Amino acid sequence: MADDQRAIIELRNICMAFAKRSGEPLPVLDDINMSIRVGEIVGLLGRSGSGKSTLLRIAGGLIRPTSGEVVYRDTPLTEPAEGIAIVFQTFALFPWLTVLENVEAGLDALGLPREEARKRAQDSIDLIGLDGFQSAYPRELSGGMRQRVGFARATAVRPDVLLMDEPFSALDVLTAETLRTDFLDLWVEHQLPTKAVLMVTHNIEEAVLMCDRLIVLSSNPARIAAEVPITLPRPRSRLEEEFGNIVDDVYSVLTARTIASLRALKQTHEGLAQPLPRASVNRMSGLIEILAMPPHNGQAELDTLASSLSLEINDLFPIAEGLHILEFAELKDGALKLTAAGHVFARSDTDGRKRLFREHLLRFVPLTAHICRVLQEREGRRTPRLRFEVELEDHLNRHDAERTLRALTAWGRYAELFDYDDKTRAFSTLSHAG
Amino acid sequence: MELHAEVLKGGMWHPRAPNWRDLAALMLIVAIIVLIGSGTRQMLAPLAAAQQPEISLSPSVLPNYALRTTMRMLVALVASLVFTFTYGTLAAKSRRAEMVLIPLLDVLQSVPVLGYLSFTVVFFVSLAPDRALGAELAAIFAIFTSQAWNMAFSFFQSLRTIPYDLDEASRGFRFSGWQRFWRLEVPFAMPGLIWNTMMSMSGGWFFVVASEAISVGDLHVALPGVGSYVERAIEARDLAAVGWAIVAMTVTIFIYDQLLFRPLVAWADKFRYEQTAAAVASRSWILDLFRRTSLLRTAGESISATTQAAARARLSVRLFARPLAGRKVPSRLLDVVWYGLVLLAIADLGWVLLRFAGAELSWKDLFDAATEGGITLLRVAILVVIATLIWVPIGVAVGLRPVLAEKVQPIAQFLAAFPANLLFPIAVYLIVRFDLSPPIWLSPLMILGTQWYILFNVIAGASAFPNDLKEAARTFRIRGWRWWRDVMLPGIFPYYVTGAITASGGAWNASIVSEAVSWGSTKLNGFGLGAYIAQMTEAGDYPRIALGIAVMSVLVVGMNRLLWRPLYAYAERRTRLD
Repeated sequence: MADDQRAIIELRNICMAFAKRSGEPLPVLDDINMSIRVGEIVGLLGRSGSGKSTLLRIAGGLIRPTSGEVVYRDTPLTEPAEGIAIVFQTFALFPWLTVLENVEAGLDALGLPREEARKRAQDSIDLIGLDGFQSAYPRELSGGMRQRVGFARATAVRPDVLLMDEPFSALDVLTAETLRTDFLDLWVEHQLPTKAVLMVTHNIEEAVLMCDRLIVLSSNPARIAAEVPITLPRPRSRLEEEFGNIVDDVYSVLTARTIASLRALKQTHEGLAQPLPRASVNRMSGLIEILAMPPHNGQAELDTLASSLSLEINDLFPIAEGLHILEFAELKDGALKLTAAGHVFARSDTDGRKRLFREHLLRFVPLTAHICRVLQEREGRRTPRLRFEVELEDHLNRHDAERTLRALTAWGRYAELFDYDDKTRAFSTLSHAG
Repeated sequence: MELHAEVLKGGMWHPRAPNWRDLAALMLIVAIIVLIGSGTRQMLAPLAAAQQPEISLSPSVLPNYALRTTMRMLVALVASLVFTFTYGTLAAKSRRAEMVLIPLLDVLQSVPVLGYLSFTVVFFVSLAPDRALGAELAAIFAIFTSQAWNMAFSFFQSLRTIPYDLDEASRGFRFSGWQRFWRLEVPFAMPGLIWNTMMSMSGGWFFVVASEAISVGDLHVALPGVGSYVERAIEARDLAAVGWAIVAMTVTIFIYDQLLFRPLVAWADKFRYEQTAAAVASRSWILDLFRRTSLLRTAGESISATTQAAARARLSVRLFARPLAGRKVPSRLLDVVWYGLVLLAIADLGWVLLRFAGAELSWKDLFDAATEGGITLLRVAILVVIATLIWVPIGVAVGLRPVLAEKVQPIAQFLAAFPANLLFPIAVYLIVRFDLSPPIWLSPLMILGTQWYILFNVIAGASAFPNDLKEAARTFRIRGWRWWRDVMLPGIFPYYVTGAITASGGAWNASIVSEAVSWGSTKLNGFGLGAYIAQMTEAGDYPRIALGIAVMSVLVVGMNRLLWRPLYAYAERRTRLD
């Protein structure tokens, strides 16, 4: 057992910052300390854009952190090392190479002789269940088969550590389930030549199903919010009560984090640092209606909602967060509860909804009031989008700023607060709106 | 010649306002041309009137001539590939190199190809002890200039748009630089590269014909080939011989296309990055033959096994490797030094140019050249408008009928590849015969060869027009002018712009051989910048050739930057739905 506690790869005080438009650093990862030990599958969980993929790439030596170090086999890691292999979300197969050649590509890079490479590739293909597809090109394969090639390519190099970046999220539900089960079977039977796995995911059930330990990241910047050991015996079943309890706990941790971070961001920089989620008005209205109706009657657990709407948590969270920001609903302890205004919204007609949405937008999203004020002050009442982009990028990274402005443009247009012309890239007041 | 076909192939292409780098690059190129030209002029004077192989007008020599012409094309193709792999790679891998190389490339592809020829022919002839070889090199160089820039650009753009995940996979699995180049970079760039090569090949035929028979001052070169054959036929006023040459060229291009490009395109299909299967697979009977015939297949496989082994070897010379991981903050000091050096070089060349121009040219020369440039500009503009009015409706009509489009498209592509200068003598004969006004009737020759780009791009656009939009237009009974304005024209616009860019670029190039022509001893002058350059070339007046080329380059760059690129960017922005 003592051997099992040895860390294979260790992340020490990892910080990562990207440059803002003004040149100042914008922290993405803040002082991350973690290690991966022999024999375990570790899950990295967090909201989208929380920096978990960046962290995985740092662990793989693909990106160098701003400060801190990655220690692999007792030496600091500065570039991709032999013994670490990555499975990509988008598969990253070379479309011009056949399945066999794709698997061999990783081995050629090791400088193995042809026969040896061929043999190992073949073994790996057999193991992952790709036999018979050797001469196919990736474009001929289904998504599930493509990801199997990704697995075969990674295991062929016999890595100590396997890094997986949302490996099942580009697959449909059934395919993902098959691949997960197959992977877990090989893992439990010790057939994989790898000693430890680090896996990024945003699917909480998947994480609880597969991992021995979960590391939950908060966002803006990402810190380790919680570490959840999962000691359920394998094979695990989603139907067990204990399984459901752990999933609920993780949801609560994530929502608590989200609420705390929303509150904190709203209170700094007069609320201009508040990033808005990618949530369309249609989706938010739809969620309000569903929440208002039976069986939910105004309140629902997020995981129940997610599975009944067959939405991934990554799709559901932004909508819930949008409702929370606009105070049509409240996110708390892994549940979403309609506010009084939310109930009114559900009952109103189109005009009533617009009026209510406008009020809430002006009251709870300070950026809206700011844009309206600027439009009022300006001669001609036309303001280039760039002005707000620059302002937002003082507080947010470019990606978040863009998403925020897009969301606000759509919301503002729906609320008939202002108009936006994409040709001139400028905001303007509506003639009939105040 | 600037061909922006790659934009439709998914390449990125950002509009850029003209800036100081363009000016610097332009100066650099003109200065180098001037230096080479004036340097070799003296060296060559005594050699001027040497013996030339006699060009026969018998149709029986044509197969041999066509073969010689084709060989030049092939050699130039290989040279262009070598250039592409080195220049494109260097520009993509080094930020500092890119700063210099890319504006340079941008201007290089705007300089009229035949403009290079006037200077380089003298240079190459002086290089080679055997005169014929020198002239061969010059002709090959002319073809090279008509395709190398495009290919390098396409390769550079591919390297810059390599998908993030493939880049990470190749780094994660620790490919060596050599492996990365052959396993990732070249395959990824392949479809764009082949497409561009094919597009510039059309230009290549034009220039190989033009460059085989050329006179610069006292130096007369006539290489055995189809171009010289036509030149000789013009001198002899032999219309039948011109006809034979046209037949020979047609057959040659057809064979070249079938034996080389069709197989290449079909083969390159597997390098497409999109993970979906192609709707229409490219086919080539030659490739099928290779794949199906066991003897040929064995031969093909052993070749491919060897090349594969070479590509797979680690060869860990870290020549091309770019350490992306944790890209270091670029050293400011080195940047400053590098900028300094570049500025110094530009200043130096500017000084050389100024001294050269000051000694040989006056303001009046500039005024003359600019006026002639204005005439040609007007001509290009009018011709593009006329070609648009003719070919857009026809292209749309054809494109909307898939069966017809399938038949017309290869013909249009063939016509674009056919060197129009072979047809000039017929037009000139008619002008002489009916005593027409040269300045007007010579004009259409400029766009004779390149108008087809408008046609086949419009056909492509109309064929790709979404079916649901067509149906929507029908359901709502949108007809007549409204249908053109709201439905079809916006739909084909990006395609049209691509075609028009190529057509107008080609017209500028063609102006040098089409504005001043002859039939036997009759000389017709249509006026314009092309005629100006042609006359100065004939007279061996280097300063004025350089001036003419510089003015033309400025006009072409200006037109691309101020008209075509903004138009393209606009088209791309407006017709996208996301």
